Amino acid sequence: MLEVTNLSHTYQRGGVVHTAIDGVTFTVADGELVSIVGPSGSGKTTLLRCIGGLLTPTSGSIVLDDVPVRQVPDGLAVVFQDYSRSLYPWLTAVDNVALPLRRKPLRRAQRRGAALAALATVGLADSADRYPWQLSGGMQQRVAIARALACDPVLLLMDEPFGSVDAQTREDLEDLILRVSRSRGIMILMVTHDIDESVYVGDRVIVLTRGPGRVRAELLTGLPEPHDQIKTRELPAFVRLRAQVGRLVRGSPPAPDGSGRQEGHADHS
Amino acid sequence: MSRMRLGSPWRWVVLVVGVAGWQAWASWRHDPFFPAPSAIIAQMHQMWFSGPAAHLFLTADATGNILPSLGRIIAGMGISIALGVPIGIAAGRSRIMAGYVDPLLQFARAIPPVTLAPVFIVIFKIGTQMEIATIVFGTIWPILLNTMAGARSVDPIQVETARVFRLPWHERLTWLVLPASLPKIFAGLRLSMSLALILMVFSELVGSTDGIGYEMNNAANAFDLTTLWAGIVLLGILGYLLNTVLIVVENRVLAWHRGARQLAT
Repeated sequence: MLEVTNLSHTYQRGGVVHTAIDGVTFTVADGELVSIVGPSGSGKTTLLRCIGGLLTPTSGSIVLDDVPVRQVPDGLAVVFQDYSRSLYPWLTAVDNVALPLRRKPLRRAQRRGAALAALATVGLADSADRYPWQLSGGMQQRVAIARALACDPVLLLMDEPFGSVDAQTREDLEDLILRVSRSRGIMILMVTHDIDESVYVGDRVIVLTRGPGRVRAELLTGLPEPHDQIKTRELPAFVRLRAQVGRLVRGSPPAPDGSGRQEGHADHS
Repeated sequence: MSRMRLGSPWRWVVLVVGVAGWQAWASWRHDPFFPAPSAIIAQMHQMWFSGPAAHLFLTADATGNILPSLGRIIAGMGISIALGVPIGIAAGRSRIMAGYVDPLLQFARAIPPVTLAPVFIVIFKIGTQMEIATIVFGTIWPILLNTMAGARSVDPIQVETARVFRLPWHERLTWLVLPASLPKIFAGLRLSMSLALILMVFSELVGSTDGIGYEMNNAANAFDLTTLWAGIVLLGILGYLLNTVLIVVENRVLAWHRGARQLAT
């Protein structure tokens, strides 16, 4: 379980002071897939970097499985938006996926086996010995996802992972993440600016306010399984949720005392 | 317009035309300072390449002069790489280290190695050590500076990836910093290679008892222009060959880099 309590971070560079997030609080249960959505400047990336231990927040606490997060925790994996800069061009796909496994005391054959299994999960077993630049954008992002899965993480952070791929590929990758979430039961926190995506993919949607970011609302989606790109998006429940989230994202600035947090959930019809 | 293919035969056209022109001019002019190419090649063959087949047709003169010179270049480059790359990577990744290294670096690299040759003669005496020292002093700076630039310019997202997956520092060095810096390191190597050749000749002019430069110096003093020119041509050929070897190695090692860059354009 991931518990984020009253997380705030203020950047200070030179004379410029900028509060990216201010008092963000939420939890993620085991096996839950949570989407984080908000207008630009709401501190989504800052939030993710704090949770991932890449940034020390100015105040607040993050607790992962009862262990406070001070630097990069064990059992963390990240998928970045820019896959072309995150994968190493001098390594083949399978070597890229196996790279995080070098931390563990495994033999070379075991590492390669685990990497190939992860690539098979994302449907790229045939492309194991190709270099990233020989693969399409969607395939590269899949390799990045395989790399994140190979080390069996407890928490997977995704920072606008499908923002740089085309719409068709985006749908395939959304379904891939859903499959991974259901089959592996890991906690997934996905930041996205795409409102439809946040509702389609997430078990819960957290809406942040405009900067400094706070939690404006949390909605349980509760859409029927399994999700289908056409059928689920046709459902009245989906349309209602999507509109709700859309209004929240566009909505007025938060109340000065930081309240205005609404609990909401979908009603099925 | 017909596409002129820059395949093997055509690349040599300019050279062939130039040499033929020189030959024609020399046959007409008989200038002692500019012997004909045919005379130069004959001299080269007689001096260096008319030996027994068992020695790859190299004469005793060749093994006694060309091989030591080559050896000095290789040793000098080897030491420069062994020192320049690690220091360059450390200085590139650590701002503190760079702070210590940089003033010394800027000071030392401004000194022309040729002016230090007398100093090296005093320290190392005449001979191979002095020459290797001169070569190292000249070739280490391009390698060091380029390695620093390469290590400094590793993509921050790649660094963050290594952080997120908690790669230990030695894995980061082997799998991230070194490969990412290789393109710039090779650029430094090519610069240094040409410098190495020049410094080898120069240091042999002043501080040696064998080698190509030594032979050329003796020839110049004896007004044996043909031998002098033979040395010049040999140096040109050696430079070309060394550069070619480096390019072949670079193409193998950096195949991924070419592929990735081709896609980016």
